[in-house]
Formats: sequence, structure tokens, C-alpha cells
Amino acid sequence: MAPGTASLTRPRAPLALFDLDGLVAPEELAIRDTVRRFVDDRVAPHVAGWWEDGVLPIRELARELGDLGVLGMHLEGHGCAGTTATAYGLACLELEAGDSGLRSLVSVQGSLAMYAIHAFGSDEHRDRWLPAMARGEAIGCFGLTEPDFGSDPAGMRTTARRDGTDWVLTGTKMWITNGSVADVAVVWARTEDGIRGFVVPTDTPGFSAPAIAHKMSLRASVTSELVLDGVRLPADAVLPGAAGLSGPLSCLDEARFGIVFGALGAARDSLESALAYSQSRIIFDRPLASYQLTQAKLADMTLELGKGVLLALHLARLKDAGRLAPDQVSLGKLNSVREAIAIARECRTVLGAAGIVAEYPMMRHAANLESVLTYEGTSEVHQLVIGRAVTGMAAFR
Amino acid sequence: MNIVVLVKQVPDSGSERKLDSSDNTVARASADNVINEMDEYAIEEALTVKESQGGEVTVLTVGPGSATDAIRKALSMGADKAVHVTDDAVHGSCAVQTSAVIAAALQQLEYDLVLCGAESTDGQVSVMPALLSERLGIPHLSGARKLTVEGTTVRVERQTDGGYWMLESSLPAIVSTWDTINEPRYPSFKGIMAAKKKPVETKSLADLGVDPASVGLATATSRVLDFAGRPPKGEGVKVADEGDGAEKLVGYLAAQKLV
Ligand SMILES: Cc1cc2nc3c(=O)[nH]c(=O)nc-3n(C[C@H](O)[C@H](O)[C@H](O)COP(=O)(O)OP(=O)(O)OC[C@H]3O[C@@H](n4cnc5c(N)ncnc54)[C@H](O)[C@@H]3O)c2cc1C
Repeated sequence: MAPGTASLTRPRAPLALFDLDGLVAPEELAIRDTVRRFVDDRVAPHVAGWWEDGVLPIRELARELGDLGVLGMHLEGHGCAGTTATAYGLACLELEAGDSGLRSLVSVQGSLAMYAIHAFGSDEHRDRWLPAMARGEAIGCFGLTEPDFGSDPAGMRTTARRDGTDWVLTGTKMWITNGSVADVAVVWARTEDGIRGFVVPTDTPGFSAPAIAHKMSLRASVTSELVLDGVRLPADAVLPGAAGLSGPLSCLDEARFGIVFGALGAARDSLESALAYSQSRIIFDRPLASYQLTQAKLADMTLELGKGVLLALHLARLKDAGRLAPDQVSLGKLNSVREAIAIARECRTVLGAAGIVAEYPMMRHAANLESVLTYEGTSEVHQLVIGRAVTGMAAFR
Repeated sequence: MNIVVLVKQVPDSGSERKLDSSDNTVARASADNVINEMDEYAIEEALTVKESQGGEVTVLTVGPGSATDAIRKALSMGADKAVHVTDDAVHGSCAVQTSAVIAAALQQLEYDLVLCGAESTDGQVSVMPALLSERLGIPHLSGARKLTVEGTTVRVERQTDGGYWMLESSLPAIVSTWDTINEPRYPSFKGIMAAKKKPVETKSLADLGVDPASVGLATATSRVLDFAGRPPKGEGVKVADEGDGAEKLVGYLAAQKLV
């Protein structure tokens, strides 16, 4: 048979080649399958349109995700499902195969806002917010970044000043996911005793959250500015368990862990779509997939995707064993997002012109991953973290 | 209200399905085995009745050891417990034999209502509820698109091509459901994790008092003698439009008895 016309074996999905399911417990696979089905049914048919229109039906999706148990799924008690970190990671992968905006909604709700309240809040904070947030009836956001302080949050200018027993918050937060739709904001501010976190109901006078328009990335997600104009809060609004920057940084570690898996979902979706296209696209009388140059691309992408998932699963097992260090999360975040964006872009080349329209997902994923590359610590910052770990020398400033 | 839902594990109808060439029975080992899709609607209906009336939902399945996956799925949707009848002697049983096994298992359970899917996607014999109704001496309300229970009365709307029939009977009864009856829930994560701890009782034919010689391929009332794949699609018919395209199309459709 002429090269390229031979069809000796049935094609396999890229990740099936790695035969990874045996590394995961049956309930974790069941959770993954439920999320995959939800994304196929409820998200995939609409997401290109949402992205193009710059909208996401957050309230509706949050309730449905709440019914499944996705929101705060890896937290214990207070209406949360209490799954393993591995199950949480696999759920993030499936969500982001839908769209990074959907996964961002879930990350911010569960790993940033709910986690902060769960880990550092008072019993009253937990009772008031966590069950409603787990059900998706209350939406949370997490305000750390400011217009002038992203990679260096220690420089933040937002202040919380004592007035009698009250707190008064003043300042501006920037690039805050879910900001304009949130019912509650976890806001980090400078006090006389260092950085503290505050639970801010968004209907408090002085709080506003205008959405940021004209985004070319993460369009199916709400990103906002938080304006805190003398927001007066009672004494018990402060998170009692967090003092200093280690509080918000540990929340970011949680969310980053989800991205280690999530970004690979965007890569998988891109690769599956490019593979299918290359098999049906006839060029010079033969399927595009039958050319060696195309196969080199597909093979390399398959390999990077599988390696990424293996690293992610390894980090998940460390996390489930309580041994995952922040430096190790940096390894995964840097690798997953960097490889995912490379895969999405390479997949776009496989489609030629067709790759630039919304009918195919890779351009949307690639554009989304620009945000994912930046938030939760930029790639450069994670290189600095890993560099510090292996040299013993910090090069941040 | 005690409800038993009959659940069958079948090869995924979305993937390639095969018969075993040695005995023409369903090749399970090489297939992606899933819960019969129509059964998910029966489970959902059972859970809905339970949520309004209280009681317990038991899943009953006859199948090989690997059918536990289908049981777990049903338990993770919210069923309370399961009975798994598994015995090598059952292999190759026809619907009549299988109904004897299911009936024996049902007789060891307490039930007010038995629910099942109107058909399974593997054999599509669609006679199981009728066979069970006969064996157990309980009414059979088939093909429900709506179900209500009030006291000891069950009412269903039986779906037909032209509309529906309103049926009513006393309980206990067996009802088969179509996919028009509800929208099955996704298993929730709490449900998935709780399913691990729910009781699954495994029973052999001996436990049910069924003679192994009365079931299985050797004594089946029907068996598959031969099978062939669907012939590959032929070349399509091209209709050249020379001003009479519409006429030719209608002519073609009429010849195929499609209009
Ligand atoms: C869509 C989106 C959603 C977001 N959601 C949230 C949210 O919900 N909550 C929240 O608090 N924040 C959120 N962020 C903010 C995000 O965390 C910050 O954008 C990120 O921390 C980077 O900060 P910056 O944009 O100010 O970039 P900068 O810190 O200004 O960095 C600019 C460039 O400089 C590089 N750089 C920084 N420091 C060094 C160094 N020492 N050496 C070499 N290079 C360096 C960076 O890697 C980057 O390439 C979101 C951002 C986006 C895009």
C-alpha cells in the first residue's frame, strides 16, 4: 500500500494512548465523567457563541454546577462534597476543555473565595456563605491584584482603617474574575498590622464593580475592577485566620493546582479537534493526517499532553497525601499552561484558515490561555520560583 | 413506597458493538459497557417518586461481575441499595429464562412498584416487563411517558404514535418508561462518593432457588444462529437539475415510499 493510505490500526484518542485511567480511583473517574457529560450537554453547544458575544450565563451555570457538587468540591463540610484533590483536578480539566472562562468561574468560586472563607473565616462567615456558595446561589470573587500591583501584591495600596470597632476599606482592585456578578468579595487590604482579608458583601455602600470591556481573551468570563470607596464593615468582617500575604498566597496555590489540570483540558480539546480535522481534510488527494509533517505535529502534541497529565496526576497524589509544596505547584502551572498554549497554536496551523473561525475551538483556547499564562502567577514568576528552588537564590527583585 | 428498578448493563450503543463469534452472544469483554440508556429514565422516575412519597429505591441487575459499574451509576444517582444477580450459568439466556431469574429475585424483595426501561439497546426484545407481569401476577403498564402514584394507585400515560392512553392500576405493578418521561439527573459528587458505601447484595442462582440447568444458552428458547453486518452504504443518487430538479426529487422520494 502507498504510504499514508494504510490504515492498520484504529485511531485512538491521544490520552487513551497513555492508558492513564488505572491511575485514578473509580469514583474519581465517575466524577470526571459527570463533568465531561455536563460540559458536552450544557456548555459545548453554546460556548463559541458566548465567547463571541462576551457573555457567560453565570447564575444559571453556577446553580447547575452547584447541583453537581463542583463548587468547592474539594472542601470538607458546609455543604461541600469533600472530594480528593485528584477528582478536583480532573473536573477542572473537563471544565476547561469547555472553556477557560468556565473553569475560571469554578476556580475563583471554589479555590479562591470559598477556600479563603473555609480556611481563614470565622464560624459565622462559613455558615453564612459556604453552603450558599456550594449550591451556586451566592457567587464569590477574590480581590488581590491592583492596577499597579500584580506580580508584586505586597505593594498593594488598598487600606483597611479602623474607625471605632468598624473597618473602612478604600482602594481599587483590578482584573477581578466574577467581580461584577459577585454577592461576596474576599478583599485583601493593608492594615496597621499588615495585610488582612475581609469578607465584603457586595451590596455594602461604597462598593462597586464595573466590568472590564474589550477583552480579547477569556471573553466567556466576567473580569472587573473593584472600587472600594470608604466601604464600612463591622469588626467581624475580617478573616480571623489569615495575617500577612501568606493567606492570599495559599489560596492562589489552591487555584493554581486546578489550572495545572485545567489548561490541559483546553489542549486536549484543541488536539482532538485538530486530529479529527486532519483525518477528513483532503489535501493533494490524501488526508492531511497521512503526511509525515502533520503526524510529527500530532505526535509531539500527544506526547506533551500526556506528559502534562502525568505530571498533574503526580502533583495531585502529592496533594492528596498532604505533601504538595508551592514550588511543586509552580512546576505544574508553568508546564501545563506553556504547553497548552503551544498545542492550541499548533492545532490552529493544522486547520489552516478554518482554524481562525469560532466553529473550531483552538483559536478561542489559545486566546484564553493568554490570560491563564498571566493570572495565578505569570510564567516568568513561576520560572523565578523554580529558579529560586534549584539555585537557592531569589531573583524576584 | 418501595421501588425496584431493573437495570441492565449493555455495550455502549455509541461505539462499535460485536457478537462473540464462538456462540453469537453479545461480546461484552471488548465493548464499552454502560448502563442501558432507557434505564436511567426509570431510575430518575423512581427517585422522583421516592422524593415525594418516601421509601426506598432498590436497583436489581442480572449480569456479569463487571455489571457493578452500572449498579454504581444507579446508586450514585441516588438509589439506596442494589441486588446483583450474577452466575456464570446465566450466560446466553434468552428473555424468557432471564425473566425467571429476575422474577425469583423480585420475590425475595419487598416492592410496591417495579420500574424498568421500555427497551434495552442491545437485544431490543422489549418483552421483559410483560414476562415479569405474567410471572409475578401483577399489572403491567407499558411505555409510560408520565407516571403518578397516589396511595395504592398508579396512573400512567402510555405513549403511542398517535397520542397517549391513560392507564390506571392498583399496586404492586410493573411500569416500563420511555425517554420522554423525564430528564435523568447527573450523578452528584456527593452521590458518587456515597455510592461506594451503599449496600450491594450479590446473589447466585442457588440463592434464588433457580435451577442452573433451566437457564443459559443450552436450553434457551431462542438463540442467534447467524448474523451479518449492515451492508455498506451504496453510492448516493445524483439528481441533475435541468429545470425539473424538484419533480425528479419528489419522484425519487415517492419511489422510495418516503412521501
Ligand atoms: C482574565 C484575568 C482574570 C484575573 N482574575 C483575577 C482575580 O480574580 N483576582 C485577582 O486578584 N487577580 C486576578 N487577575 C490578575 C492576575 O493575577 C495578574 O494579572 C497577574 O498577577 C500579573 O500581574 P500584572 O498583570 O499586574 O502583571 P505585572 O506584574 O505588571 O507583570 C508584567 C510582566 O512582567 C513580568 N514580571 C513580573 N515580575 C518580574 C520579575 N521579577 N522579573 C521578570 N519579569 C517579571 C511578568 O511575568 C509579566 O510578564 C486576573 C488577570 C486576568 C488577565
